Amino acid sequence: MSKVATQNAKTPLIQGENLWKSYEAGAIPVLNGVDLSVDAGETVALCGPSGCGKSTLLHLLGSLDEPTRGRVLLNGRELKRSSERRNALRHEVGFVFQLHNLLPDLTLEENCLIPSIAAGISRRDALVRFEQLAGRTGLIHRRAQKIQKLSGGERQRTALCRALMNRPALLLADEPTGSLDEKTSAQVFELLMELVATEGITLVMATHDRALAAKCRRLSEMHEGRLYV
Amino acid sequence: MIFLKLIYTNLRRHRIRTFITLAGIAFSVAAMLTVVTILQGAVGMFSSLLSAGSEMVVFEKNISDLFFSSVPDQAVKDISTWPMVKKANPVLFGIVSSAGHPLITCFGIDSDDARLKQATWLSGSAEKFNTTDSIVLGERAAEFLNAQTGEEVAIGHGKFHVTGVLRTRNGFEDGGVFMPLTEAQEFFHKQGIASVMTIKLNDKNQHGAFKERVKAAYPELIALEDEEFNRSYSQFKILKATAWAVGACGMLLGGLGIANTMIMSVFTRIREIAILRVNGFSNSQIAAVILGEAALVAMVGAVVGLLIGFVAIFALKHTPALHGYVDATVDAPIIAIILFVTCVTGVLGALYPAGYAMRVRPVEALRFE
Repeated sequence: MSKVATQNAKTPLIQGENLWKSYEAGAIPVLNGVDLSVDAGETVALCGPSGCGKSTLLHLLGSLDEPTRGRVLLNGRELKRSSERRNALRHEVGFVFQLHNLLPDLTLEENCLIPSIAAGISRRDALVRFEQLAGRTGLIHRRAQKIQKLSGGERQRTALCRALMNRPALLLADEPTGSLDEKTSAQVFELLMELVATEGITLVMATHDRALAAKCRRLSEMHEGRLYV
Repeated sequence: MIFLKLIYTNLRRHRIRTFITLAGIAFSVAAMLTVVTILQGAVGMFSSLLSAGSEMVVFEKNISDLFFSSVPDQAVKDISTWPMVKKANPVLFGIVSSAGHPLITCFGIDSDDARLKQATWLSGSAEKFNTTDSIVLGERAAEFLNAQTGEEVAIGHGKFHVTGVLRTRNGFEDGGVFMPLTEAQEFFHKQGIASVMTIKLNDKNQHGAFKERVKAAYPELIALEDEEFNRSYSQFKILKATAWAVGACGMLLGGLGIANTMIMSVFTRIREIAILRVNGFSNSQIAAVILGEAALVAMVGAVVGLLIGFVAIFALKHTPALHGYVDATVDAPIIAIILFVTCVTGVLGALYPAGYAMRVRPVEALRFE
């Protein structure tokens, strides 16, 4: 069962307040005062042209980066300390990227177990969870394969499994089907939405694909570092 | 298991780099083991040479080398009559040369010296030891001087009759020449002088009283227990310090090799580190991967180095020219120290790379690549 059930229903799961982000001492502004609030169980698509700040916003929401100004609240808590951000990454947030970002020397199963190792979850429990996810994503028969031997769709499904291993409340997906062909893309996205629904996970997804975005409950447009709901 | 695989796969991925680093550590460890063992062995042989049949040694105070110590015959005679003294043997050390052999240790001793009694006589006997112009050769000295009992051999400016050949367990003695004390004093122009006096007491508990009495009767001399002498003799200290310094230099080079390898390792796996960070790996877990990699290289290198060192010591021990001079006894504490130093070196060498890895910002690393 997802952690979503344990949270206060009135508090948004993830909240970005007046988020600004710039690089090189302000010379390259990326986000210009973004406000975003996502309730538990919502599916939100962020659409917009390349460079509009979608990925940066996801990174801030997922505690991978810190805003230049503004704050991010997860379950109403601001994650100020690095240990809090790390714990969020371990237990409450999962990431799926456009590129699968799997470790090529490890097998599919070993890649999926990495978040459990980081979180100190016992191998036995981690394997139970892995088999559950791998069964649902049709990867169980490929568990011992090295990443190089997997197809693009299988790799992305593996990345999805890995992201969900520690039962996060929030899944942040950055162009999760961007590197796949149309047919595989549709399959992976369908799987993603199915898992999100059955696990009760909140999804915030950056995508160029408006057809996929339309399947989310909420669509937000981004343009030049600003968010338009 | 996966944690270990993360460590192992990176080493396997860069096999040549791993091999070179491992070889650097292994040769450093081998050098350290060989040098330390040989010099410790030499020190051990020299101290056993002094302690033959005795438990204390008397020599001139404030001298840095026993070859320059002077203990007057009068003192030897007097001290040997003290009631607490069971046996006192003067020894005069000297260096002689022979054709093709510029350095041969010479021992001027009395005929009742324990060295002659404890040795295995291969030919001749101790009975003729005190005859004029006679010498006894150690087994190895007889070999390289190509001399046998009954033959005449030229040593330094004189010619001597070989009255016996003996085998001892001490390399210095085995490669040395034994002369009657008076003969040696004349040969080295040190009439009435011995280098040291070895002492055996009637009661071992009288060490303190003996030292005090020597101090009072002969202020220019000092008496030390064998253990005490081994600890305080400056030549031994210099030898030991040299051995460890040479070893430390080797380990420093090995450590720099590890540091270089680990820096390369971190730079080439920035993306991998970023992926681990995104999946919740903490700074300490990232550091553990890097330090674990360094520790694994260091430990495998240390084991290989010890094997190489053992082979080198064995080879040196069985080299005819060094026969008897290399003590092959490798003490467990030396191995423990070497393993400890290797591990510490490995970890120290990986500290900067580990620190760098901990500072990797996943967003930048993933975006950049």
